[in-house]
Amino acid sequence: MSHAIETRNLTQKFGDLVAVNHVNLRIEKGELFGLLGPNGAGKTTFIHMLCTILPPTEGTAKVAGFDIRRNQDSVRAAIGIVFQDPSLDNRLTGRENLDFHGRVYGMDKIQREKRIDEVLKLVGLKERANALVETYSSGMKRRLEIARGLMHRPKIMFLDEPTLGLDPQTRRNIWEHIQMLNKREKITILLTTHYMDEADYLCDRVGIIDHGRIIALDKPEKLKDELEGDIVSLEVPQPKKYAEVFRGVKYVKEVKVVGDQLHLTVTGGEKTIPKLMEIVRRRGNKVRSVGLRSPTLEDVFISYTGRGIREEEGGVKEQMRLRMRAHMR
Amino acid sequence: MSAQAIYVLWLRDMKWFLRAKARIISTIVMPFLWLTIIGMGLGAMIQMPGGMSFVDYLAPGIVGMSILFSATMSGISVLWDKQFGFMKEILVAPVSRMSIMLGKAFGGATTSIIQGLLLLFAAGLIGAKMPGKTGFLLALLFMVILALGSVSLGLAIASRIEDPVAFPVAMNFLIMPLFFLSGAIFRIDTAPGWLQTLAYINPVTYGVDGLRGAILGGSEFQLFPLWLDLTILAIFSLAMILLGAYLFKKMKA
Ligand SMILES: Nc1ncnc2c1ncn2[C@@H]1O[C@H](COP(=O)(O)OP(=O)(O)OP(=O)(O)O)[C@@H](O)[C@H]1O
Ligand SMILES: [Mg+2]
Repeated sequence: MSHAIETRNLTQKFGDLVAVNHVNLRIEKGELFGLLGPNGAGKTTFIHMLCTILPPTEGTAKVAGFDIRRNQDSVRAAIGIVFQDPSLDNRLTGRENLDFHGRVYGMDKIQREKRIDEVLKLVGLKERANALVETYSSGMKRRLEIARGLMHRPKIMFLDEPTLGLDPQTRRNIWEHIQMLNKREKITILLTTHYMDEADYLCDRVGIIDHGRIIALDKPEKLKDELEGDIVSLEVPQPKKYAEVFRGVKYVKEVKVVGDQLHLTVTGGEKTIPKLMEIVRRRGNKVRSVGLRSPTLEDVFISYTGRGIREEEGGVKEQMRLRMRAHMR
Repeated sequence: MSAQAIYVLWLRDMKWFLRAKARIISTIVMPFLWLTIIGMGLGAMIQMPGGMSFVDYLAPGIVGMSILFSATMSGISVLWDKQFGFMKEILVAPVSRMSIMLGKAFGGATTSIIQGLLLLFAAGLIGAKMPGKTGFLLALLFMVILALGSVSLGLAIASRIEDPVAFPVAMNFLIMPLFFLSGAIFRIDTAPGWLQTLAYINPVTYGVDGLRGAILGGSEFQLFPLWLDLTILAIFSLAMILLGAYLFKKMKA
């Protein structure tokens, strides 16, 4: 067994829609790998195939050395998963949820009790373990799900949007847990997210997925370095017109229109900004605001797809989803 | 198949059951009302042969009804599990679908048998004829088999439905005719021919007939010998378990 996960032309079609499109991906043992993509990119579908609850339409994969089509039970025993949507039994206590899991995975009483205490301690839920899950906060539920995924000591852990809809503090807290699992418990982790900062901060390698295809794959720093330069964002009237103007400027490497802003890739941002503003002023307009920053994974995404990661489905649908999720929890 | 997986699914149902005491009471209230109001109300105008009261006749039928209803309706737990996502946790575990289905079936069957027994004792309190020791054990056997068949029917249908609100509606369409055509509330052998035919096709008829035979210790209302009731009911239950297991195999999270 050389790789933790290895997919070959892994594909899922829902009618005409190709949710995951011939993905070939290798994830090393011990890696913390992030799959970054907008809503509907196919992240969840990809994970559901790898954890054997959704049979692929085409292609296959090996997880922990076992084929997901032929050795389902071996795959299942080797992996832990935290689903995107809540999957706890709210009418049981935290401890009972863990105990259920331990039994279903064939652990005996002594193993279970020892492990339940371990994982509860790991995610800091010991005090509330005997309360009904109904009474937990969203962050506590998420941590309990992580604890549950760890119960049977999986070699590989899938985390589908582990921090979706959580407040910044809780997100930080969960990030620390994820890092610890990876570094201290040596668990290979595949997580999905549509938060740039999450992928950037946590992951050894990031795969950017869009419309079911992996369109970029590397270390986060490498991906950002490829853009070579700084990003200047300008808010101007008629951004489309100025996009054309700046495309004719020698020292501007790339121009992207993002909403009512222009994102210009330049070298030496501090020195270039005055020149860029001068160009706008000479044409009789005013720059409403300026920003300067190093490239983020968002810019990487934009440079590959021509649009922002949260831009299309971001608004209304995301809000609805978060609300529904909050409701379900 | 994994005995531990079956056991833990059963255990989960038991925990819910014990934590929802209000639900236990409310589920036996309805059949109890049937028994007292219909039993005593209709009983006052019905002459039963051999000095038997109508409540005696009705009690085994109502016990059967309560098991049929509560067992089939317990399939709704599958829909709640899908709704709240817990089904994914169950389906991603390294256990066979058969174990999952059996665990759920044993859980639902146990709770409905408990309700059936409570109802039998309640019937005794209002003066219905109670079985002796052997009769009681025989009645329990019929309850178990009827419960397993009914719960598997409920699970089979639940595995094909997504909406927890649609489930009881769909089930009522199915259960009501099964109940009314089972001889639970009136004699089948004196009913019109077409009704008799339908009743004899209905597997629940054999459950009710068996329960009545066991509880009343043989009476002229007995349609078939107990062994025949038992055989036909067992075939029905086995078929439902297999159907449930088959449909569970195809179920998506
Ligand atoms: N069961 C299904 N039937 C039909 N289409 C589906 C089904 N599941 C997912 N899809 C579609 O497949 C595409 C990928 O969905 P998926 O849930 O994998 O995206 P995602 O990357 O996880 O998105 P999100 O960030 O919103 O979770 C979407 O267009 C979605 O509508
Ligand atoms: Mg998703």
